Amino acid sequence: MANEKIQRISLANLEMNFQEVEQGLTNQEAVEESNRCLYCYDAPCIKACPTGIDIPTFIKKIASGNLLGSAKTIMSSNPVGASCSRVCPTDELCEGACVLYHSTKPIMIGNLQRYATDWAMKNGQTLFQPGQANGRSVAIIGGGPAGLSAARELARLGYEVTIFEGSEKAGGLNTYGIVSFRLPQKISYWEVEQVEKLNVNIRTNTMVGRDILVEEITENFDYVVLAVGMAHVPNLGVEGENLEGVYDAIELVKATKSGQLSEAFIGKRVVVIGAGNTAIDGATCSVRLGAENVKILYRRTEEEMTAYDFEYEFAKQDGVEFRWLTAPKRIIGDDAGKVTGIECIKMKLGEPEKDGRRRPVAIEGSEYIPPVDAVVKAIGQTRHLKLIEEFGLTNDRGVVKVDPETFQTSNPKVFACGDVVFGKGNGDAMVVTAAQQGKDVAHAIHKHYSVVGTAN
Amino acid sequence: MADLRINLAGIQSPNPFWLASAPPTNSGYQVQRAFEAGWGGAVWKTLGDPILNVSSRFAAVSFNGQRVAGFNNIELITDRPLDINLKEIYETKKRFPNHAIIASLMVEPKQEKWHEIVKRVEDVGVDGLELNFGCPHGMAERGMGSASGQVPALVERQTYWAKEVAKTPVIVKLTPNITDITATAEAACNGGADAISMINTINSLMGVDLDSWNTIPHVAGKGAHGGYCGPAVKPIALNMVAECARHPHINVPISGIGGISNWKDAVEFMLMGATGVQICTAAMHHGFRIVEDMIDGLSNYLDSKGIAAVSEIIGKSVPKYSDWGNLDLNYNIVAKINTDVCINCNKCHIACEDTSHQCIDRLTDANGMSFLKVREEDCVGCNLCSIVCPVDGAIDMVEAVREMPPMTWNERQAALSGAAILKADVTK
Repeated sequence: MANEKIQRISLANLEMNFQEVEQGLTNQEAVEESNRCLYCYDAPCIKACPTGIDIPTFIKKIASGNLLGSAKTIMSSNPVGASCSRVCPTDELCEGACVLYHSTKPIMIGNLQRYATDWAMKNGQTLFQPGQANGRSVAIIGGGPAGLSAARELARLGYEVTIFEGSEKAGGLNTYGIVSFRLPQKISYWEVEQVEKLNVNIRTNTMVGRDILVEEITENFDYVVLAVGMAHVPNLGVEGENLEGVYDAIELVKATKSGQLSEAFIGKRVVVIGAGNTAIDGATCSVRLGAENVKILYRRTEEEMTAYDFEYEFAKQDGVEFRWLTAPKRIIGDDAGKVTGIECIKMKLGEPEKDGRRRPVAIEGSEYIPPVDAVVKAIGQTRHLKLIEEFGLTNDRGVVKVDPETFQTSNPKVFACGDVVFGKGNGDAMVVTAAQQGKDVAHAIHKHYSVVGTAN
Repeated sequence: MADLRINLAGIQSPNPFWLASAPPTNSGYQVQRAFEAGWGGAVWKTLGDPILNVSSRFAAVSFNGQRVAGFNNIELITDRPLDINLKEIYETKKRFPNHAIIASLMVEPKQEKWHEIVKRVEDVGVDGLELNFGCPHGMAERGMGSASGQVPALVERQTYWAKEVAKTPVIVKLTPNITDITATAEAACNGGADAISMINTINSLMGVDLDSWNTIPHVAGKGAHGGYCGPAVKPIALNMVAECARHPHINVPISGIGGISNWKDAVEFMLMGATGVQICTAAMHHGFRIVEDMIDGLSNYLDSKGIAAVSEIIGKSVPKYSDWGNLDLNYNIVAKINTDVCINCNKCHIACEDTSHQCIDRLTDANGMSFLKVREEDCVGCNLCSIVCPVDGAIDMVEAVREMPPMTWNERQAALSGAAILKADVTK
């Protein structure tokens, strides 16, 4: 199986390797699957969806041939519902809660959601209209899932919304961070377009703190939503990190979604450090860029890895090798400054840490040096600490503190949502969670305006 | 293996499965293929004066993605010359002497017309005749088919004309497009019918196209009602068979027709009084090979019940079919939800809450898990919850403890009027 998959990787046409892997449902499949849905009352799938999509309703609408209604049902609850249909860990969410999970097999909720939103995309539908202007303005910093979701909701409520986006295109993680063979960029662009159609002003290539001052924003807008997500992958803290051939996994993925695909990986040996979903992305992208061998090094074991099961399976099918209990000690380069090898050390699991996971401990004298041509770092993400400090917001090492109810930061005018508030114990770093937080922030602002704002 | 042979008013066939008079029995080629596949008999597509057909003839209802839940046609009787049909009947009978071939007939309601056609088809060796008083479209506009079949006097008279010359058994096929089918069934008996068959198709318009606003099907932008059949009509047909079977003045064998899709349906029709069954839509949907499972399933069923011959089941459920006034008012059943099987879709709850008797509660157990429970004291035993439940065994309808002795409405009314008479006597 793994070999078959590898053989499908084309070295002559890298573009082909980055086409969406999963095919959408055919009309016939969608009709059959939608009719299989029981249309539960007070369905558990709705509760399992972080954005609370009325799943039985949108599926019933597919069955009845009301695809516009179906797409609206999905997108009204989740402004990035087309992306989520592709990237959500549905087995852990809606499909995992399906009442048919154990009796037969769960309804393919994700695929049906994709079917309905694909229809809306193909048919050029505009799903929502802006609300009647209420004269209030909101600045949203960051055009990723959380920011877009907040913008969409606020625009429907009548706010004048401006999104400040540092990159060339909005969409954030959906546009740049999720591998295109899972989530093609056009999906994210369509979601951005849906938000733009609500008269939301999206100022791309505009990084707050660099291209526009923080004060300008806080002074000129009634409310501010900070939805900047997270930053680059941190340093490993080992020797050789600056050698040519050491990559940041997020930058690597972004590069595969920014036009020309690099041919630098063809026939190369690659190691990826880390075992989260980003590490999987870094590894599978490397495979698709033509790498001859890709290994994931992880200092803990299969048990502790944070990647979703389906991502792990996907990587294995792509022929990615896993080296558990292995940590990098230094990256070795040649005279020209290019990576040639990586010194690894074997680990063992020691006492449990605060989060319950056992601490990996190095085994002295177990060092070895596999030859490699590239090293991809995927050990988490750093925070936009500087920007947060410029806003003067209370934070815990870059995780902005918010009121769990109102998402209000230490500055009552500034709200925050998405990965910028995500920290240990603060929820899950999923696109769908960010989307919900965006909605929550919008409603919190609206509530604040309704109570406080109208009194001004 | 059980004996599957039947004898319907003297017409013998190796099993109870006949192809009904319809497109599948249009030609000798088709009927011979059907016999090779195992069909016990075939009622040849209706013979009469050749007609002209239109193009675009069939349509079907899909229900929730399930194809051919109901089927409709506007095709008329045979459009092939009578001579050719007769020649093919002769050849087919010669090749399959033990299979039943019945000629379906439809002519103008004139004595000489009936005499002529009966003689001609009997000359080629058919086992029986079926008078088509049921076809609801096209021919009815010319005074034939269901136009005849809706008038008891015409049914009786034309049956009589056919019987005047017929040497083989005459089956009269009845239309369901009538308020009380026992009226025409009785008329057929009075005319001398040896058997009756039912139902023919039901007047139907299959649909309207949402884009063109044309009827479905349409012929160059115009539509006309067709005849409805297929699985959806089975309950209607079964009732009509049962009503005739339990009628004291209808004492001829019944050939059951209408939505029979498998051996189970056939068993139901036979239990309700049919001596054999006729099938069309299932064959049109799946081909003649579908009969293999019908024969096999029926045989296995009879073996499992220790029944030696299929003829033993004919009419066995008829005594159980009666009028509402003879039902026991004091019989109680209630729903029981088996929480270990229940998958918590809550469909029973919302169905009961919104549309029935509000007696299924959503509760939470000590572990915070939700479960459903029937308040039996409020349950009227309507069955709705068990009908909408998607999981077998999750809801049982169980007999509740009987609080009163059996009493039907009729018995109750009789007792009340008796008491009234008694009271009147006392006050006198």
